[in-house]
Amino acid sequence: MIDFFRQLFQPEMSFLHLALALGILASPALGVIGTLVVTKRISSIAGAGAHAALGGVGIALYLQRVLFWSWCTATAGAIAGAMAAALLVGIVSLSAREREDTVIAVVWALGMSLGLLFLDKTPGYVDLQGYLFGNILLVTANDLWMTLALDAIVVIPAVIFYNPLLATCFDGTFAVLRGVRTSLFYLVLLALTALTVVLLINVAGIVLVIALLTLPAATAGCFTRHLWSMMVCSGIFSALFISAGLLLSFYFSLPSGPVIVLAAALVYVISLLFSSRRRGEKNSAGGN
Amino acid sequence: MENIIEVENLNFGYEPGSLTLEAVSFTVPRGSSGCIVGPNGGGKSTLLKLLLGLLVPVSGGIRIFGKSPAAAREKVGYMPQYHKLDAAFPVSVLEVALMGRMRRNFWGRYSKADRIAALEALDEMGIADLENRSFSALSGGQRQRVLIARALAGDPELLLLDEPTANIDPGAEEQFHGALECLRKRMTVLTVSHDLGFVSRGNDLVICVNRFVSLHEAATFTADTANAVYHHDVDMIKHTHHCFCNCSGGECSHD
Repeated sequence: MIDFFRQLFQPEMSFLHLALALGILASPALGVIGTLVVTKRISSIAGAGAHAALGGVGIALYLQRVLFWSWCTATAGAIAGAMAAALLVGIVSLSAREREDTVIAVVWALGMSLGLLFLDKTPGYVDLQGYLFGNILLVTANDLWMTLALDAIVVIPAVIFYNPLLATCFDGTFAVLRGVRTSLFYLVLLALTALTVVLLINVAGIVLVIALLTLPAATAGCFTRHLWSMMVCSGIFSALFISAGLLLSFYFSLPSGPVIVLAAALVYVISLLFSSRRRGEKNSAGGN
Repeated sequence: MENIIEVENLNFGYEPGSLTLEAVSFTVPRGSSGCIVGPNGGGKSTLLKLLLGLLVPVSGGIRIFGKSPAAAREKVGYMPQYHKLDAAFPVSVLEVALMGRMRRNFWGRYSKADRIAALEALDEMGIADLENRSFSALSGGQRQRVLIARALAGDPELLLLDEPTANIDPGAEEQFHGALECLRKRMTVLTVSHDLGFVSRGNDLVICVNRFVSLHEAATFTADTANAVYHHDVDMIKHTHHCFCNCSGGECSHD
């Protein structure tokens, strides 16, 4: 155990330090976005965004290596793919003409298919496994700066526009009647969700990132009574789950994404049992 | 008397070629209280959404306080069906009531006057003591009263209530009728209800909606009139009841 901690602080462990720093730095944004995704019930849209990111990655790497568009990086592609998917689903759900879940499923699968096809035709080595299930070796110092920027553009508006945001999430129709531009809030939320998802793909992978977004918020929801306290709690849980998961995966030489998700899911299930028992006691005592 | 709702020759359909509401014309004078009744799928909710400006008519016009529905929203209070909201949402009772004070300002901050108005509205519905409780921890009847308080916090002159007695227990329903009687003295109240028994409880207008809309006076609205709207036999129960209200204190004693 002591050896483990000694090893942890060795300079050659900098990849782990980077991943830990990314997880902790991302937690404010994760707390806010995760809470909104859970309470507004848009986790499947976030999932579609994450999977469509692979489409973006595939197209970007193809353009980079076949047409030599050097500015077309995998990250830029992932951001473009995830944003396009999230906004497309968002606009469709606002116009409410099509079945939303069908559109989500189509965008989800279409993004994956485009990604796999383009990656197949892209020359050179592509770490598909890393994109799908996460590879913390891919985290760079540049990602940390991007995460800090994401925190700023997520947390500051959430504080400034807290009241209209709360009204929009609780009862969108009523918020419209009181003059809140709910469609704008909704689309901005989807865009920021897509950005958050993309930044965490290296840590948890496309397939698992959605759990990283929803599990801390769902756990926080078992204990909190206000939207703001759910956001704060969810941020703290995110940092704890990611750090604990990364350390455990390192200690047992396991892939980081599944370990983080399993740790988070375990705490969530325990919280759920605990809070439903507490509610049951309150109900039988109050009779109300 | 001044008409606060004027609907003239309105047509509306969700799909081109099929009309949910057809050739609708009616007026509601200030200070009256009306009940919107009709069979499921007859267009009650659609009419409510048109009055709120959430839907736009295919043809014809609606004027609320002489303006378009969207422009008149500040003077309109609206209570949705409580069970259509997320029951697990983390929000306190006061926070919900404050939403009624949201104005078209950029930041959406609440002033001290907003807090006072929200607390007064909760007090008027007899739930001031629940101010800090979690909305999700309340019973159906309590939630519904919070939502009425939210509508009242905005000082409306017209109050629109969507199925207020659906999914609440009979005790809460009686309390609700008492509270409603107080509000009718101050503002125009329109209630959507599938429950025809609602008609005789303090309403003076009955708005029957089943694709076409007909307006009746509550005093002359009989089972025969209802049958004509529903196209089948319906039971009607006449309620006689008295309500003693002390509207300044907010408490309604109910006899």
